[in-house]
Amino acid sequence: MKTGEPGHRLAVLLPYRPAPVRMSVRIGPLPAALLCFCAIMAASTAWAQTGPAMLSPLQVIVKWSPLLLRGFAFNILISLLSMLLGTIAGLGLGLALLSESRLLAAVSWLVTQFFRNAPWLVLLFFVMFLVPFQVIMFKTTIPLPDWIKATVGFALPVMANVAEVVRGAVRSIPSTQWEAAESLSFTRRQTMWLIMLPQCIKRMLPPWMNIYAIVAMSTVLASIVGVSEMLTLTAQVHAAEGGRPELFAPLYGFALLCFFLYCYPINIWTARLERRFRVR
Amino acid sequence: MATSWTPDRPIVQCVDVRKSFGALEVLKGISLSVRKGEVICIIGPSGSGKSTLIRCINALQPITSGSIQIEGIEVSDPRLDKLALRRKVGMVFQQYNLFPHKTALQNVMMAPIHVLGQKRAEVEVRARALLAKVRLAGKEDTYPGELSGGQQQRVAIARSLAMRPDIMLFDEVTAALDPETVKEVLVTIRELAEDGMTCILVTHEMNFAREVADHVYFTDRGVIVEHGPPETLFTAAKDERTQRFLSQVL
Repeated sequence: MKTGEPGHRLAVLLPYRPAPVRMSVRIGPLPAALLCFCAIMAASTAWAQTGPAMLSPLQVIVKWSPLLLRGFAFNILISLLSMLLGTIAGLGLGLALLSESRLLAAVSWLVTQFFRNAPWLVLLFFVMFLVPFQVIMFKTTIPLPDWIKATVGFALPVMANVAEVVRGAVRSIPSTQWEAAESLSFTRRQTMWLIMLPQCIKRMLPPWMNIYAIVAMSTVLASIVGVSEMLTLTAQVHAAEGGRPELFAPLYGFALLCFFLYCYPINIWTARLERRFRVR
Repeated sequence: MATSWTPDRPIVQCVDVRKSFGALEVLKGISLSVRKGEVICIIGPSGSGKSTLIRCINALQPITSGSIQIEGIEVSDPRLDKLALRRKVGMVFQQYNLFPHKTALQNVMMAPIHVLGQKRAEVEVRARALLAKVRLAGKEDTYPGELSGGQQQRVAIARSLAMRPDIMLFDEVTAALDPETVKEVLVTIRELAEDGMTCILVTHEMNFAREVADHVYFTDRGVIVEHGPPETLFTAAKDERTQRFLSQVL
């Protein structure tokens, strides 16, 4: 269980990115954004040549962008909340995975494996349809709108993945640290919170950010269960503009562009952090 | 468990200690006793069970059979309060094992504050004094990664001393060090021994053992082959195995 070469330490964190995230052809964020923009422009110029009676795709996007961007903000809100929820739960689950109690460790292992290996959409469906739309507690009715249920639905896989990150990071700390803490009479809990977890934060940050980028992109799944996030709104806008086929690419291209501009910097930053922590 | 212990009795008493890892028996009936203020060195070839013995003494590893008593407390007692035991026994490791995310001063201060619940201000005064004692004044705010091996090992010694142990265990503490930094660590240990600290050292530094030890134990393949005061053991070893080992290392 002891660590081998230092380069191997992060190997336990690999399951979250089995294949290298970066492409062999590196495209900077700006050129990539330009590429997307050009695609939208090309579609609009193509349209402009056929007749001026209807709005060009670009005009359609400009016209609806406040609504679409509000939808995008909603995606981000859902992703942030489910990440927060999933991280707190995942930390607890991760600590349970490392527990000395065989039973607790086994149960949490099952929970982790279950939620890590279930398709996110299926989990989302389960939460959507199994959780009531409101709960009555102490005679007060607490409504549970769809988006909150979706947040919980995303938080479940996040929890399982964060738990694995926590477990992997703590396991990657040499066992001699445990011994040193033990010989100084630290309790197991003190060792975990004062010595192990603080050392793990650096190791956990890159895979944790990776999970976040995936969550952010996955929030569009909520459109399938009727949450009015960006993808739902994009479909509605498309319908409102008469469902013109030539609007399809520009409208969905706009959604792609938004997600790309949001997630790409996160990935760049993650890669940078990984490189920085590796040299240490 | 609370047997009355008086300082005239051995502070550490091992009787027929056996320890197996699966089918492999590493300690085959070790008996030794250490009096308060005594310095004993355990020498012997690699794999003879020296480190295992020392780790059993502070209950980092359970023994298979036999008895280890520290100040009259039975270490192999299943109801043993390990934390209470370890407060009496400080341990320094071959690989220093400092906490890398804490400065030298914080490393020394952590256990007294969190384990003994002592006041921070009070602990800090003591921690600074300890770092000065191991000649590391001025390195208080340095992280372990920026210190040399010898310096890290001295921080580790100060960290153990901050718990005010009655006994110090040293597990090959110079084995991972550069030759030029070995001396500074040995000087620190010698000063400690001169101050009257009870020390049990597993070491490969024969000259050092000869110089500081009150009693030297030679172990081979899980048994104590021979023991005695250093002048006798190093110059007039009776057992052929001891003679062969000493001729190789001296």
